[in-house]
Parts: sequence; C-alpha cells; structure tokens
Amino acid sequence: MNAETSPILRIESVAKSFGPVTAVDGVSIDVRENEFFALLGPSGCGKTTLLRMLAGFETPNAGRILLDGRDISPLPPEKRPLNLMFQSYALFPHMSVRQNLAYGLEMERLEKAEIRRRVDETLSTTDLTQFADRKPDQLSGGQKQRVALARALVKRPKVLLLDEPLGALDKKLREKMQLELKRMQHEAGITFVIVTHDQEEALVMADRMAILKDGRLLQVGTPEAIYERPADRFVANFIGVMNFIDGRVGEGGLFEAEGLRLALADAGPGPATLAIRPENVALGALGEGLAGTIADIAYHGLDRVLHVKTAASPVPLQIRVPVSGTATHQVGDALSLRIDPARCRLFAGAAA
Amino acid sequence: MSFNATRPNLLAAPGVAWLMAFMVVPCLLVLSYAFFQRGVWGGIDYTFTLENFARVADPLYARIFLNSARIALTTTVIAILIAYPAAYAISRAPRLRQPILLFFAVLPFWSNYLIRTYAWIVLLNREGLVNNLIRSLGYTGEPLSLLYTEGAVITGLVYNYLPFVILAIYSTLSRLNPELMEASRDLGAGPVRTFWRVTLPLTLPGVAAGGVFVFVLSIGNFVTPALLGGGRFQMVGNLVYDQFLTANDWPFGAALGMALIATMIVLLFAQARATAHASGEGRGEAA
Repeated sequence: MNAETSPILRIESVAKSFGPVTAVDGVSIDVRENEFFALLGPSGCGKTTLLRMLAGFETPNAGRILLDGRDISPLPPEKRPLNLMFQSYALFPHMSVRQNLAYGLEMERLEKAEIRRRVDETLSTTDLTQFADRKPDQLSGGQKQRVALARALVKRPKVLLLDEPLGALDKKLREKMQLELKRMQHEAGITFVIVTHDQEEALVMADRMAILKDGRLLQVGTPEAIYERPADRFVANFIGVMNFIDGRVGEGGLFEAEGLRLALADAGPGPATLAIRPENVALGALGEGLAGTIADIAYHGLDRVLHVKTAASPVPLQIRVPVSGTATHQVGDALSLRIDPARCRLFAGAAA
Repeated sequence: MSFNATRPNLLAAPGVAWLMAFMVVPCLLVLSYAFFQRGVWGGIDYTFTLENFARVADPLYARIFLNSARIALTTTVIAILIAYPAAYAISRAPRLRQPILLFFAVLPFWSNYLIRTYAWIVLLNREGLVNNLIRSLGYTGEPLSLLYTEGAVITGLVYNYLPFVILAIYSTLSRLNPELMEASRDLGAGPVRTFWRVTLPLTLPGVAAGGVFVFVLSIGNFVTPALLGGGRFQMVGNLVYDQFLTANDWPFGAALGMALIATMIVLLFAQARATAHASGEGRGEAA
C-alpha cells in the first residue's frame, strides 16, 4: 500500500453556495487510507456542508469528489460506499438496537444468516450485545452514540464520516470516547473523517487535520505541525493558546514592540505580529527580557498559567509554568519574560 | 395538596364546568331515555325497558350500522390516501411557506358546511358542471347519475374532512427529525424504501389520529348523506335524526345514539392508546 501517493478520498476544488452565501469555496483535500482525518473550524466555516457533500446530501456547484479514484459526486447517498454518523445519531426510534444495525445490511440484500452474523459481531466489538433488544430511548447518551457508530461500522464503509460525534456527551464521557473512537478506527481499519469545532478533540484524535474558515481551507497537516507551525494568525489563535505581540520588523530582521527587541531570521521589514505559545515563554532574571507584572494566576493541576501584563501587548500574556517549580508567584509580582526567537512565529502585516 | 398541584386543576375548571353543564349532562339526559318506553303520543313513558337496545340489534338497523361503517371506512381510506401526499409535500416545502400552504389546506373550513355541501349538488347533478364538462369533451349518452349515489356521499365526506387529516399527518411529519430519513438513505435505502421503513411507520400516529377523526365524524354524519345521498342511502346519523324528529321515538333514537357514541369512544380510546404507545417508544430522537 502506498498511502502517501494514493489518497482514498480526494476532494478536488469543491465549492458550494446556498443562494448568495458561499458555504464552501474551492476546497481541495486528500484523505489517505486508514487515516483519522479531522475537519476543524468554527461554526459556519463550511465543514458540515463539506461533510454532507461527501455523504451525498448536498451537490457541489463545482469540483469533484473521488473515492478510490472514482468520481462519486453524481451518486445519491444510498449508492455511495461511505457512511455518515449523524450528530443527532438519527437512530430509528421504532427499531431495536439490533434492527437499527441490521437495517443497512438488509438494504444490501444480504442473506439473513450473514446479516445476523455481522450484526452480532459488531454488537460485541462495540460492547452493545446486552442492549441488542432495547429501543433507542432506553439507552443513555453514550450508548446511543455507540449504536450510531456501530450502525455505520457494520456496513464496512470505505470511509466513515462523523459529524460532531461527541458533541452531545458530557466532558468526562467525551474524553473517554475520544480514545475509544480512535481505538475502533484502528481496529476496523477504516478511514475516519470527523467534523468538529473542538480543537482539543481534533488534536487528540486526528492523524491529520484541515482547518477551515469562511468556506476556505487554511491549513492541512498533522496536529503537531499545525500546533507548532500555524500558517496564519487565525490558525495560531484557533489551535491551542497563543500570545500575540503586535510590532514591526525593522531593517536587519529586528522585531520591535514596546519593551521588546528580538532578532529574527528571515523576517521582512514592515508591521508584523509575533506569536508564541505560553509554554515557550521562560522566566528570566529581573532586568533582562520583557518586563511585566502578574495580573492573574490560574491553577491547572500540573501547571499554572500566569497572566502577565506587559507594555508589549494590551492583552496580558499567558505564561505556563510547572507547579513543581520552586518559585512561588503572587499576583502583583514583577517578573521578566525571556522569549526564544526560535520558538516564535512571525506573521507579517498589521493586526486585523 | 401543594399549590403547584392544584393550579392546573383550577385552570381546567371553567372548561370542565362548561362541558359538564352543556354537553355531558344533556347527553346523559337524552341517553337515559333509551331505558324507557315511548309514550303513546310521542314523548316518554317512564317505564324501564331494554327493548330499545334489542331493536338496535335488529338486522334492519344493524345493516344500516354496518353500511354506515363501510361508508365511513371508505371515506377514511380515501381521505388518508389524498391527505398523506399533500401533508408530505407541505412538510417538505420551505419553512416559511408551510403556514401559507396549511392555510390553503384548511381554507374550505372557513365557509359554511351546508354551503360547501350544496356546492357539490351543483357540481354533480344531471345538468351540473361535471356532466357539462364530459359532454363538452364529446360524450353524447345519457347524463351520468352522479348525485344521490353512495359515491356522492363519500365524495362529500372526504371533501369536508380532508383538512383534518392533512393537519394531523402534517403535524407528525413536521416533527420528524429529517436526519432519520437521511440516515436511511445513507444506510443504502432509496427514497421508496426509506418511506416504507422509516417515514410511514413513524408517522402512523398522525395517520391514526386523522383517520379515527374522519371515521368518527363520518359514521355519525347526517347532513351529507341527506343532501348528497338524497335520503336513499341511510346512515346511522339519519336514522337517529329520523327517530327524534320524524318518528318521534326518542327512546329508540337515544339507544341508537348510545350505540354510535360507544363506537366512537372505543375508537378514540384505541387511537389514544396507540399514539401514547408509539410516542412512548421515543420519538424524541429529534432533540
């Protein structure tokens, strides 16, 4: 298998508008075989429309959708070898769990015995055997979610699409299900394409992800690549926590902001924004680096986040320091921040 | 009893009082006549008897009962077959257009029942619009006898009660989570199989509500059979009417009415049970 060169799902310059509103604006993405791929973006970014075009519920105005090299965009949903797990789960309320699972196989006109075998097998891998005869309204949220997943998985789709699959669950269950989904994806050997607005969820689960905004694709990459090297200010702000310092780059690549001078490699002159993660700011000896005072301290268990007021930024900068450190900080303390140029991102242009 | 528990009862009190005073009590009074004998000159002879109920079971009257049930059932089936596609189309229309379409569906209600029914006489009689139309299309034989047939009665009943059925089916269709139909398509069912396996089973409570409504109203109806059936196709409603107003046999009329009301109550009760059962099976999936 040559996963790098043969994407199982290729989205080619796909565009969709509803009347005057452009929902998806020329997006191209390659999804590789057996990959856990996340479509991430704020609400209204077009990720759900894109997913619905993959499933066949919307028709693109332009572009093609190739599954295994075959253009599936003219096919109705029932003819596409991929399945969607709905955000509302959309379990059939008049059918038992077993009947819900069997439904999709009956539509393939499989033998009764074969249907039974595959349903039983999927019920057991998803831990649902004991609930097989229950109706959906006799299940908890987490159980419904598993039934929805099982109903799609039992069809053995080439690609499984998941629309905000964990959105309706509480935080604890969501974290458990994130790992569960990843495990099932691995075991089933099926390509997952998940839509989410939760960047943490995408970071935890996805092998690769695409960031969308206003119908446009901003960046595709592994969670690490996107976290470490966000393509623009929006991505930097959307993924994780990012501090921004507005300033300008002078001749010779020197970034200057109020109280801060930093020599940066390959920076063109002009207004620019420096971005740095809270964990990449170190505390230095007073008198060197960027001076500030602690405005707030947030305790997070493993570490503390200090909110530090500086002259360089109107918003306090967030600095992550380990709790185990010997230093004891208090609100009002003066301190000095050391910023490593190698761990910064610089975005050219004036701040929006 | 707590304040919160009493208040709903208090709020229902005016409605309950109204129904008791003007509906239940008069009905019980009339129905109680069923247990007495008919007076020699009409009116009531207060001597207890069960003879009236025995007469209801008489083959002559039982046949009218069955005939009414058959006409009501035919009406119900036709009304459902016409209403379902209409309700489906309305529920699939753009959200903002749906109230307008529903308005048109119930528009006939805003005119008088009698006028609407007389309009059918104008349409169906031997010199009526329908006969004129087929003659203008080249038909040269005798004008068709459309009026004063069972078909005319059924047509009139369907026409009058159709909006109820459309509303009842529409209300279940519009509450159905559209993702259920999409899920069915996604799992490999085409539009037709999706309808039979998902849409129809989940909207049966609406079909049952509309159907029982039409059946109950049709079986007891006496205006439409009198006007469009020309009195030749007697239904229970006409029979009751005749006993009270023509034959002056109030006790027998009351016994017939009681049988009719009992039939209706059984049907409405069965329908309520079926609906409660269906909604108990979790139609809250849309949430």
